[in-house]
Amino acid sequence: MNRPKTSCETKTVLIFRLACVRPGRFSLIIKGAAKCATIDGGRRLVSTSEAQAFVEFDRVQKSYDGETLVVKDLNLSMPKGEFLTMLGPSGSGKTTCLMMLAGFETATNGDIRLDGQPINNIPPHKRGIGMVFQNYALFPHMTVAENLSFPLEVRKMGRSDREAKIKHALDMVQMGDFGGRRPSQLSGGQQQRIALARALVFEPELVLMDEPLGALDKQLRETLQFEITRLAHDLGITVVYVTHDQTEALTMSDRVAVFEAGRIQQLAPPDELYEAPINSFVAQFIGENNTLEGVVTAIQGDQCTVTLDSGDIIDARPVNVSAVGDRTKVSIRPERVEFNRERLHADAHTLKAEVLEFIYMGDIFRTRLRVAGSDDFVVKTRNAPDQRRLKPGEQIEIGWLPEDCRALDA
Amino acid sequence: MTDATAQDAMITADGTPLKVSLNRALRREKLRALMLIAPLLIFILVSFIFPIGDMLIRSVQNGMVSQVIPRTVTTLEDWDHTSGETPSEEVFQALTRDFMIAVERKDHTRLGTRLNYERTGMSSLFRKTGRRVDDLGEGYTDQFGDLDPAWEEPMTWVTLMGHPDWIAAQAAWDGEGAEPSFRLRDGVADVLPRTAEMYAAFAQVVQVEDEDSPTEEEPWHIVYASLYEDLQADGVDVTSLSAPILTAALEGSAAFETQSMRDGFIEIEEDWADPEVWGTIQAFSSPVTAGYFLKAVDLSLTPDGVEPVADNLTIYVELFWRTMWMSMTITFSCILLGYPIAWLMANLPDRSANLIMILVLLPFWTSLLVRTSAWKVLLQRQGVVNDTLVAIGLIGDDGRLALINNVTGTIIAMTHILLPFMILPLYSVMKGIPPSYLRAAKSLGATNVTAFRRVYFPQSVPGIGAGSILVFILSIGYYITPEIVGGTKGVFISNRIAYFISDSPNWGLAAALGTILLVVVLALYWAYDKVVGIDNVKLGG
Repeated sequence: MNRPKTSCETKTVLIFRLACVRPGRFSLIIKGAAKCATIDGGRRLVSTSEAQAFVEFDRVQKSYDGETLVVKDLNLSMPKGEFLTMLGPSGSGKTTCLMMLAGFETATNGDIRLDGQPINNIPPHKRGIGMVFQNYALFPHMTVAENLSFPLEVRKMGRSDREAKIKHALDMVQMGDFGGRRPSQLSGGQQQRIALARALVFEPELVLMDEPLGALDKQLRETLQFEITRLAHDLGITVVYVTHDQTEALTMSDRVAVFEAGRIQQLAPPDELYEAPINSFVAQFIGENNTLEGVVTAIQGDQCTVTLDSGDIIDARPVNVSAVGDRTKVSIRPERVEFNRERLHADAHTLKAEVLEFIYMGDIFRTRLRVAGSDDFVVKTRNAPDQRRLKPGEQIEIGWLPEDCRALDA
Repeated sequence: MTDATAQDAMITADGTPLKVSLNRALRREKLRALMLIAPLLIFILVSFIFPIGDMLIRSVQNGMVSQVIPRTVTTLEDWDHTSGETPSEEVFQALTRDFMIAVERKDHTRLGTRLNYERTGMSSLFRKTGRRVDDLGEGYTDQFGDLDPAWEEPMTWVTLMGHPDWIAAQAAWDGEGAEPSFRLRDGVADVLPRTAEMYAAFAQVVQVEDEDSPTEEEPWHIVYASLYEDLQADGVDVTSLSAPILTAALEGSAAFETQSMRDGFIEIEEDWADPEVWGTIQAFSSPVTAGYFLKAVDLSLTPDGVEPVADNLTIYVELFWRTMWMSMTITFSCILLGYPIAWLMANLPDRSANLIMILVLLPFWTSLLVRTSAWKVLLQRQGVVNDTLVAIGLIGDDGRLALINNVTGTIIAMTHILLPFMILPLYSVMKGIPPSYLRAAKSLGATNVTAFRRVYFPQSVPGIGAGSILVFILSIGYYITPEIVGGTKGVFISNRIAYFISDSPNWGLAAALGTILLVVVLALYWAYDKVVGIDNVKLGG
């Protein structure tokens, strides 16, 4: 979670020259082409250059039993070459979306378009979409080379062409010497590399990945995360990646779609998603987050005052509240909490806090506080030479910059 | 152990070699495991392995001829059946003695039945001879009686042959409790070997079979005949027995009229003059025989060697062949019918799959006999299937199909009965094939057919293998269903085995047929292992 975000940001900027117009807004401009992203109800916020969309979900709904909708109303459009991650808890509909795109599930309603063509009625094998599965799905009765040869054979490619492509694909994932092995003779990481090579060997423009690293250990996962993003970038392929691991989503993607209850809750680049969540679900789901509940008592422009249930008054930025009197959940990241009075605005509201627990974590200190009647308010501080180490039982005062505290829906 | 290896061997902290230490640690575990399986192991051994082993040994066992007529078998060794002549008088004398004892022990009918498997008529020959064999040698009894009436007194024989201790014990016996077993007098067997042997046999039969005392029974005629033979032998010296009556008999018997046992037998039943009868006895006199196995493959062991049986009598090779191809047909039908069901079950949600599973297992909850009988009702000429076909006009009333009491009936009923054994392993293997394989294949560009053929089917082969082995082996030994619906044309080798076990007992042949069946199954199993690999057989995920 505390992985340096610079690489991610750099990459994003490099590839797309992304410009976050203003924090708190969820539209962005990429290479001058405005893309659209909707949060709910099909409210289309920006809609220009539809022709540039490579993958497009248009008001897609899906129901398995005819009573409940698994995917409620999905509108999504991706340009060519984008790495988009669908992130969400299990049962949020993200995998169903991926399966509809791959053709293994049919949309109950709405259109899915690939390169402008509706693909609802095209069978999976004619869509030409590469796919990587969580359990690798390497055919156990074939060698690695035969696995890679399979998509080329069904495309009736000649032997010499096949061999060249297989060799190239294996080299690409640094598995050049493993062509004669059986999948069962490979480790999990090696199998996933092969699965990746197999999904890429027939040169699809779109590759879908369904939690491909879910079964691997942490270290291997990080190596492969890097390799997948590198490959996607080098080959210029469009990737739709499904995961429930937010770190993975943040580090790999150009944009992340956070799914919950069959809807995209927020679709944004990783930094925006973390720093500017637009509702309390996203705030809770991405990263660690402190939540305090209260009522909005004043709004002036992009600043508001919230009276907490405990009676304390704090400053916040109104994001998902519209009027005075609304109930709200304010969200503040643990690393943005200040207990050094000098760093706050002179007129900033502060809260009294009692230190309950101090945890030394090496690079950071994690301090648990009792604030406004809540026992699980967390503060994270960098392990710097001049950093104060709080002691349990200590009474302190905490505050934050108003723009770091977001008043969201209750 | 050399120094080098001693240094190489790993040593535990207390100095014992690691291997010893490990073995000690594992011994308890192994013992525990053994204890857990011991009850089942003993049960299987006692109730299954030993009886089957014993049964299989019967396929080559042939002790009966040499047990029941040992003297005949010994004397017959030199006889050459190709000479076309009946054996010598000596053989008939031996046969008389064997027969006399066998008759008293009622063994001669068993032997007759046994030899009847090899040559018809032997059973009645033995029974007929058994009824009259005790008359043979009567002439000697009369001649000894004429010489000295004392020979007809049981006590004369007792004093001559019996051990003094036994005679005393026998005299003291009051008819209650165990009768003292007869003992031969010392030395008598050296002087009069045949007589001693026969009298001892006589005494034993009287005591054990008849529960009488030899002191009150006149010996068999054959004992007199044996005495005559002994007395006529060269250089016989009866002085050591110090019995005056015997010395007198030695002199008197020289003038006796010789009785031919050979003529006696031929007079009882002229088959005894037939060299073929003797050839059969000789061919089956060894304690181990290949006769049953030869018979089981439509060959027969004749005095002239191994010969194929007459064409109109061949049955077993055809039966084996029929058992094989019908079992294969049944296995194949099971694959055809079971594969789609298993596939459906593996791909449906658990609830629906369970419902189908119950339907698949439903037949197991009804008795096999009931299911088979139900097929009888369904398939018969006036049965449900034929009635339906006639009703919808597919066949005419006069063209009703023969679906039962033939090969068709057996195949239909057995496919139905064995289907679950195909579906279950198929299902469990298919359940273990993740749906993502098919999806992966399709995403890689394969059509449904290609994806199935190249990705799904090869992975389901272990299930087909397991199901096929199961169904084939079960069907090859099936008995009840072919018995009920098979008629004459649709029965299996197992029905023939059952026939020889109960209806017309010939356990040796039944054992030989069973052994061949077992060997065929093992050979197929071995071939399957070579071709497909037994590792590829999976009964579960």
